[in-house]
Amino acid sequence: MTVVAIEPSFSRAVQERSGEPVLRCYFCQKCSAGCPVAFVMDYKPAQVIRLVQLGRKEKVLSSSAIWLCVGCEACGTRCPNHIRLAPMFDTLRYMALEEGYKPDPMVYALHRSFLDSIRLWGRVHELSMLMEYKLLSRDLFSDLGMGLGLILKGKISFLPERIRGVSEVRRLYQKGDTGEGGHQ
Amino acid sequence: MSRIGVFICHCGINIAATVDVERVAEEAGRMPGVAFATHYKYMCSDPGQSLIRQAIAEHGLDGVVVVACSPAMHERTFRQAVAAAGLNPYRCEMANIREQCSWVHQHEREEATAKAVDIVRTMVEKVKRDEELVPLRLPIVRRAMVVGGGIAGMEAALNIADAGYPVVLVEREDRLGGKMARLSSTYLNFEAAPGLLEEKIRQVLEHSNIQVLFNARVTKLEGYVGNFAVTVEMSEGPRTEEVGAVVVATGWDPYPLERLPEYGGGQIPDVVDGLTFEEMLRTGLQRPSDGRVPQEVVFVQCAGSRDPEHGVSYCSKVCCMYVAKQAMMYKERVPGGQAYVFYIDIRSGGKGYDEFVQRAMEEYDVLYLRGKVSKIFRRGDRVVVWGSDTLVGRPLELEADLVVLATAMLPSREALALAQTLHIQADQYGFYSEAHPKLRPVESLTAGVFLAGVGQGPKDIPETVAQAAAAAAKVIQLFAQDAMVQEPTVAYVIEDLCSACGACVAVCPYGAREIHPVRPIATVNPALCQTCGACVVACPNKASRIHNWEPVQVLAMADVVI
Repeated sequence: MTVVAIEPSFSRAVQERSGEPVLRCYFCQKCSAGCPVAFVMDYKPAQVIRLVQLGRKEKVLSSSAIWLCVGCEACGTRCPNHIRLAPMFDTLRYMALEEGYKPDPMVYALHRSFLDSIRLWGRVHELSMLMEYKLLSRDLFSDLGMGLGLILKGKISFLPERIRGVSEVRRLYQKGDTGEGGHQ
Repeated sequence: MSRIGVFICHCGINIAATVDVERVAEEAGRMPGVAFATHYKYMCSDPGQSLIRQAIAEHGLDGVVVVACSPAMHERTFRQAVAAAGLNPYRCEMANIREQCSWVHQHEREEATAKAVDIVRTMVEKVKRDEELVPLRLPIVRRAMVVGGGIAGMEAALNIADAGYPVVLVEREDRLGGKMARLSSTYLNFEAAPGLLEEKIRQVLEHSNIQVLFNARVTKLEGYVGNFAVTVEMSEGPRTEEVGAVVVATGWDPYPLERLPEYGGGQIPDVVDGLTFEEMLRTGLQRPSDGRVPQEVVFVQCAGSRDPEHGVSYCSKVCCMYVAKQAMMYKERVPGGQAYVFYIDIRSGGKGYDEFVQRAMEEYDVLYLRGKVSKIFRRGDRVVVWGSDTLVGRPLELEADLVVLATAMLPSREALALAQTLHIQADQYGFYSEAHPKLRPVESLTAGVFLAGVGQGPKDIPETVAQAAAAAAKVIQLFAQDAMVQEPTVAYVIEDLCSACGACVAVCPYGAREIHPVRPIATVNPALCQTCGACVVACPNKASRIHNWEPVQVLAMADVVI
């Protein structure tokens, strides 16, 4: 028999930080049914919400699901209770990092290099972002053929373009880093 | 020679697609005593009815056969139509060639047509011999009895009394208010129940048209709609009340905790039922065992309900709502406490109801766990609940200070006996049966006896009040008539043939037959007779008859088809 330590403060914290009313969920499973990456998640999106409600912090923050969400927003768009799961997943990622949970290294490397690229150029420059990702993930040679093909077809440009308002983008990053920009 | 009109209805294609209505009309036109026969697409429509009325005038008809659907459907329609043309309505009969012919012989056109002709032939013979009858008019006692002084009974009594009719309210206990008197507050607005109730009680006690009998029980009902004699047993002895209508509002009892041993019912003091928790909310929220304010409370829905093994297959309907209310009230009183609710479904149908339950989850942090609790037991001074969360597919255990079982609503324990006393039906659980589940929801199958409140089935206060007002409206509708109008096609006795053997008295299911107190004959109470014909069959002397179902008619009907 599992003794469940139900911890209501965790669901409160997630709700306040993400701005999403996770206690409103009634488990219709519409989010899980339509999620394009649910098939690789250890817990499906609705199960993550349930674990949050039950206060199963450890299980949630150590799950792969929070790192595998690609933020496509299909779930939040479809949710009958207007719970947007992507901001909730973002919050859970921040919480996991703060509490010292190790994310999936590949997933973390991709997020890191994506954000670094935008900080640098104001928009994504695929080639340099992928190079950083390859270095961070220490997985240098997979997808090489596909990368070459994309370059040859002109889908990935060699030289990055810096946008005009890059300083404004960087200010956003600063705000995010200091926690000034509302929920994170 | 009679001058009968025969009117054949196509009923759209219901009849005409199977039966050759033209040929039936031709054949009918040739039957002896028939002066006119025709067919039409919809006889029950306005043009169809005016066709009948015109034919009566033009052809001087003295009887009408409408060849169409079941008399249960339109006999009244056509009798009213012929009456408007000056014909006695009891000289109009329906020949059913839809339910009893076209619908059951859809692939046999030839045979169906021949059968339809035969059916018409029999009804023509009957109408030829139909008497001109006049509806019976019976006096009405314009005084009502309400049984039960809870919110249903009080609401019904007040409505009837406000319409100007005297009411005698029979209450088995020494106070009014019923189960509602035990409630702390009502959903959806947390209005204090005692306040709502006290106002009603005051109105009832002060109403000049309402007489309340406390510590009283109904033990006998005699008579019929408009003229009942009800015996009420009281401490000072029995008394008889003359009333024209009765509203039964006997309410409910909670499922006994002792019958839920797997939940510690009756054994663990800190396992209580919903009504007890209502009282705790009123008096200070101390748990029974040691008076401590519980810091963790587990609510268990469907305790007994939706559980055929416990003898209750039905949903008690109010628990989802009152548990949400109780959990919210608990959180208001003990903000640091935690409330859990085990449920198997949330059934919150009703205006604003689902939103209310959502509020418990969203605003009050009440944690809903989907699964039926399997076992409740003691561990030290705590109560342990074994259940499951089917949403994550895990069994789980909770330790709590108090467990509230939302026990099933049972009909009042005296309901079955009272149903027998009042000659009304009850279902397998003891809830009173309504005359029709959709169209006659506040009438019993006994005319003049009406139903209100949980005695008829689980319902909450707003539904109870609505039903009580509806039952009162039915009583007022009855009292507003000049007299009881009764179909005259009831049994009667040919006194010269009657030997007062009593066979008719024994077989009559409605108590309509009696032996005359002085003369050696059997009598009929036409107000009670339902025209079933049992006495006609039982009578060895052919003294028991029914108006317009005379032996001579039945034999003539048989003669033309055999």
